[in-house]
Amino acid sequence: MTLRVLAVVPAYEEEAAIGAVVAGIREFDPEIDVVVVDDGSGDGTAEAAADAGAVVVRLPFNLGIGAAVQTGFRYALEQDYDVAVRLDGDGQHDPRELPKLLDPLERGEADVVTGSRFREAGSYRPPLGRRLGITWFAKLVSLLSRQRVTDTTSGFQALNRPAIALFARDYPSDYPEVEATVLLLKHRLRLAEVQVEMRERETGSSSITFLRSLYYAVKVTLALFVGIARRSAVPTEGSPR
Amino acid sequence: MTPVRISIAAAIGSALLLLIVLELIRGRRLKERYALLWLATGLVLLVLSIWRGGLNTIAGWLGVSGYPPAILFAAAIMFVIAVLLHYSTVLSRLTDDNVLLAQEVALLRARMDALERERDGEATTGPRAG
Repeated sequence: MTLRVLAVVPAYEEEAAIGAVVAGIREFDPEIDVVVVDDGSGDGTAEAAADAGAVVVRLPFNLGIGAAVQTGFRYALEQDYDVAVRLDGDGQHDPRELPKLLDPLERGEADVVTGSRFREAGSYRPPLGRRLGITWFAKLVSLLSRQRVTDTTSGFQALNRPAIALFARDYPSDYPEVEATVLLLKHRLRLAEVQVEMRERETGSSSITFLRSLYYAVKVTLALFVGIARRSAVPTEGSPR
Repeated sequence: MTPVRISIAAAIGSALLLLIVLELIRGRRLKERYALLWLATGLVLLVLSIWRGGLNTIAGWLGVSGYPPAILFAAAIMFVIAVLLHYSTVLSRLTDDNVLLAQEVALLRARMDALERERDGEATTGPRAG
């Protein structure tokens, strides 16, 4: 039995890159459906994605990356996909790496597989500030999870059904990847990492500047400890608030 | 002892606050659940400003010897902090609800688009009877 796989591509004002990203995925494997979550873009992102053959879910206004990705996972849950794999809309994740992420899920060895840039010494060397942040979170999360996690900021991630269901209900906002990792481990889902290469951004520049990195580091560290201490990790449907 | 003029001014001020809050509730411009803390604020301040002996006693407990009306300020500030904190929780909840609604709208619209495409596709290329 082959798995039904959905590629979730969050995109904000990626008019120039999104068409190639969608086409790249469909070219690599036409069996994979692609949903592009347009996070309230003001440009032609949605049209470009639809023209390239993606299903487009258009958020009415900008919600931020976390909520955009979650929208894709909710779509996967609604449409009953076996696997959801997230690739970013700027083209930094190479669809040819997909089998590496999907194989462990297919074999049932993990619930979530992350494409890590730092599992082995690769060609990618981020600038010092980001490298420090990435190392800090990798060490922290490794310590909390008692397993070796090398890349907690990677958005290249594949999920099976239980993980989709979890993230459809509860997914962190702003810079979600680090917190999401802890959330997974808290719910005793099995996380695996595989080494991937990531491409340089095709257009635009990374949204993370130095000051934002610092804000990110403080905010996410706080969120991590809050996440661990949170009374119930998942608000259940219809629970009072 | 608290100067009488301060007591009178404080009593008028808190009575005004109570009246304004009640009027806002009456005009349905303020929901009761958000008004409760304001009503409590107005009531406590009113009691503290009228009941001059009580204010003195509380000031004594807290070691405020020189100027009992400071307790009025302290109480007012405490309540304002409580109200603000309450609003922060309300704001957080509204943010979550807002995200959920936006996601739901987007997903519904995507489903509707798909349904319409399916319908239009059938209309033009579907099999014809006869």
